[in-house]
Amino acid sequence: MNEILDKTYLEQNDLECVWEKPDTLTDTRMHYCPGCGHGVVHKVLMEVVQELNIQSEIIGVAPVGCSVFAYNYLNIDMQEAAHGRAAAVATGIKRVLPNNYVFSYQGDGDLAAIGTAETIHAANRGENILVIFINNAIYGMTGGQMAPTTILGMKTSTTPFGREGETQGFPFRITELIAQLPGVYYVTRQAVHTPNAVRQLKKSFLKAFQIQKEKKGYCLIEVVSNCPSGWKMTPVVSNQWMEENMFPVYPLGDKKIDGKLVND
Amino acid sequence: MSNVRLMKGNEAIAEAAIRAGCNAYFGYPITPQSEIIEYLAEVGRERGMIVMQVESEVAAINMVYGASGAGARAMTSSSSPGISLMQEGISYMASAELPALVVNINRGGPGLGTIQPAQGDYFQATKGGGHGDYHLIVLAPASCQEMADFVFDAFDLADTYRNPVMILADGALGQMMEKVVFKEHTKTNHSFDKSWATTGKPTTRERNIITSLFIQPEKMEAVNLHLQKKYQTICNNEIRYQLVDTDDAEIVLVAYGLSARICHRAAELARENGLNVGLLRPITLYPFPYPILHELRRKVKGIMVVELNAGQMLEDVQLGVEGMIPVEFYGRMGGIIPSPDEIYEKIMEFKKMKLNKKSPAAFQPMQQSN
Repeated sequence: MNEILDKTYLEQNDLECVWEKPDTLTDTRMHYCPGCGHGVVHKVLMEVVQELNIQSEIIGVAPVGCSVFAYNYLNIDMQEAAHGRAAAVATGIKRVLPNNYVFSYQGDGDLAAIGTAETIHAANRGENILVIFINNAIYGMTGGQMAPTTILGMKTSTTPFGREGETQGFPFRITELIAQLPGVYYVTRQAVHTPNAVRQLKKSFLKAFQIQKEKKGYCLIEVVSNCPSGWKMTPVVSNQWMEENMFPVYPLGDKKIDGKLVND
Repeated sequence: MSNVRLMKGNEAIAEAAIRAGCNAYFGYPITPQSEIIEYLAEVGRERGMIVMQVESEVAAINMVYGASGAGARAMTSSSSPGISLMQEGISYMASAELPALVVNINRGGPGLGTIQPAQGDYFQATKGGGHGDYHLIVLAPASCQEMADFVFDAFDLADTYRNPVMILADGALGQMMEKVVFKEHTKTNHSFDKSWATTGKPTTRERNIITSLFIQPEKMEAVNLHLQKKYQTICNNEIRYQLVDTDDAEIVLVAYGLSARICHRAAELARENGLNVGLLRPITLYPFPYPILHELRRKVKGIMVVELNAGQMLEDVQLGVEGMIPVEFYGRMGGIIPSPDEIYEKIMEFKKMKLNKKSPAAFQPMQQSN
């Protein structure tokens, strides 16, 4: 494989290089399951960091959950945060380094359950950070238990008969909630299940970092993602299932732009 | 800025933090320490410190984590129940080797307890407090002057050892007013190497990672061994204590913080009545001054520990004495502060009951009389 990717090989065979791994990604092989969205989000995020040439200015906060090892793959300075506390850690970093770019990368349990207070208050203070929220409606790392974002009827290891709202609560649409807060500047919900969706996500990242550069306020990018292992589906089926079942509950698109709510 | 001031202990801590070059404070109000955040919100902010009142103690300590990891001198302060909430973050900081100052103006507990002075957080402060094998360096001031002085020391110790440092004082020390003289501080944040901090990765170095996650058992054990080695260095180098009239003492009182001041007067009372009593005041509660107890146990007939709790430092004193001489305990709880006369009476009871017996005292503390 390496031979094929080698530049000399490309030149000798008169081949055009259409995509290269950015230097902002390390060479470490990722541990994510086949078909999982994390790797794609990592790739897109680091492409943007490379294109904006902000590797020396950006600090990430790594989560607890499947992407707990994010710092092994992202070739930037990073801090690992306790479960749910990433927004608080990001706040601490950003306040002492206001001219740097700071983002947190969090799953649904991290951001919408144990870290709800930190999530909402960082947004409400209008912290000039980017919060990346990977919503796959399940606790992946711990073995597929119910998340706050698990949709009604969805079977997990702790909702074996399907989540029922009356006893187990309702899917938590945190992005819509956050969008209401005055200090919040840009909120969007994206996905990475198609090439077009990946391109849209990339645009969102570019926009969010531009906003942070201009110190305009808090940005949240939710990525509706799949969990083939936790959902017990093949990658292809999981993407289909996501489109059919997750998108109606978590509709894609911008929720707040330039500090103004988007009417949908 | 005047170097001599009349101020509350809490204010002395806040003013010292500004002078020690603390970059950022994150906290949540709780009695009896709220003057720290109030003072910093006004004076600290004006003098360039980042001062934030945030949503909870949990958030506050994690902001300290982030700020410290980014290379700043960072601190928080709270009182007992709030410190309990911070334990998760403190454990993470100890593991990730992040320097910071955590001030605990101890109130009565357990639970919501009382807002009155107490020393019931000794175990929590000195034995870890959160999960895992770790220690904080714990400094116990006994005056408003020391509330100020120890802040400078605390930041320097934190940066030297890359370890959180706690100032443990009780509510009375936070609230009482005394003259404070501010010393000139020589070391600042810039005096210490912070090349490990996450400030953005330049092309000239590898990325910096602040983490406490070590999945592989061998790696985790190596980290633990490294931490234990560091704690041993701290124990070898940083023990601090004060001795008062112990050279000719028959009985030595052991007390820290506010109770040490009361014991000082009780020892004087005893001497006025013909009994030679001295005082050992541990200044560092971790590392605990075991070596001086090893010396004292050969020289004195008995030791009496006085605390505003049910007997916590008592266990460390017993460890230091190793059963060679009787150790007695007198404690009050609930925010009640014993008078020097009360302690003097207990010393006389102790002398009468125990010191004339050959056998060492049992480890159970004496039943407390009300």
